Amino acid sequence: MIKRIVVFFVTLAVCLAVFHGASMASEKPSDTGDVIASIKLPIPQDKNAQNYLGLTGEGSFAISQIKAEVVLIEIFNMYCNNCQREAPRVNELYREMTKNSSLKDKIKIIGIGVGNTPLEVDVFKKTYQVSFPLFPDEDYSIHKACGEVRTPYFIGAKINADGAITVFHTKEGGFQDPAQFLKQIVAASGL
Amino acid sequence: MLKSKRICCELAISGIAVLCFVAMAYGLSDTLKENIYEVEQLKPIDSVPKLMVGEKAPNFTLPAVSGGRVSLSQYRGKKNVVISFVPAAWTPVCSEQWPGYNIAKAIFDQYDAQLIGITVDNIPTLYAWTHQMGKLWFMVLSDFWPHGAVADTYGILRSDGVSERALFVIDKKGVIRYIDIHDINKRPPLDDLVNELKKLKK
Repeated sequence: MIKRIVVFFVTLAVCLAVFHGASMASEKPSDTGDVIASIKLPIPQDKNAQNYLGLTGEGSFAISQIKAEVVLIEIFNMYCNNCQREAPRVNELYREMTKNSSLKDKIKIIGIGVGNTPLEVDVFKKTYQVSFPLFPDEDYSIHKACGEVRTPYFIGAKINADGAITVFHTKEGGFQDPAQFLKQIVAASGL
Repeated sequence: MLKSKRICCELAISGIAVLCFVAMAYGLSDTLKENIYEVEQLKPIDSVPKLMVGEKAPNFTLPAVSGGRVSLSQYRGKKNVVISFVPAAWTPVCSEQWPGYNIAKAIFDQYDAQLIGITVDNIPTLYAWTHQMGKLWFMVLSDFWPHGAVADTYGILRSDGVSERALFVIDKKGVIRYIDIHDINKRPPLDDLVNELKKLKK
């Protein structure tokens, strides 16, 4: 009987290790640095958003032009139930980022609303009082370039000295604890 | 020999049990995602229109998920009405369209419009489906029996028994002001509806 229990637990440990490994592998950063680097977004006309991102003027900008070392990109959809549920936690994550004086200039967050018009993004922004910049991806072009991921989806991108982007973290679905998630991002980015 | 066979057997059974347990644990957070039935691309529109802008909207009385029965005529002289027909519960585009409207209540209020959602699904299905969307501020009605009768009256019953993805804007006089029988595979942008609601205010 004892032997049976031992066999069960040994198998449990092995299976958990294998299953967990496989599950984590799917969240490993994919080679999407070039994809992220190629994204062009309109410079927001809102002064607070411009200040936050360190941008001025009109036209478009690339992620590498954001005044930060690390940019966390949330791929969301105003219509998506899970994104709506996640919104308060993402706001909390933004607050955690900005209240930490040693981090606030180094790590920034933006949201990209896939398949959303500017009006739809605005509805989301107002409903959840989102303080960080959100951008519409009306024609799904960014969504397609990123591999049509399910929303919400988080991409941790590091801006290298030469302007190239390294994706160091991707996550499908929400996170439970914003402070913990921020710690994870900071550790993975090497900030 | 026998002993080693037994150990192998125990290992296999334990392994299967553990994998089932682990799969369940990992799957829980994705329950909703996994409950959405993937649908292939469908014929964009599969019905013949019966109504036109400017006509009186046919009255109907249908059971509501929240209980009781709701008639279109009860809004006459009181509220503009937006009817959102979606093809079916638990399908990809439909499962996002209403949650979007659910956070746009301020827009509907601004134009004094009541949103009514209708599908041809029965009440228990609609209950389960809308329940996982959270608390909806608008009414959801079931056009299940006689099957799709209202959708048929509105000229949007497809040949396979589901409705089109369609929007009707009806003013306080009960007159149809806007019809969008949309490509079933795509979500209508909120902007189009808002533009039509703006016209009502004039």
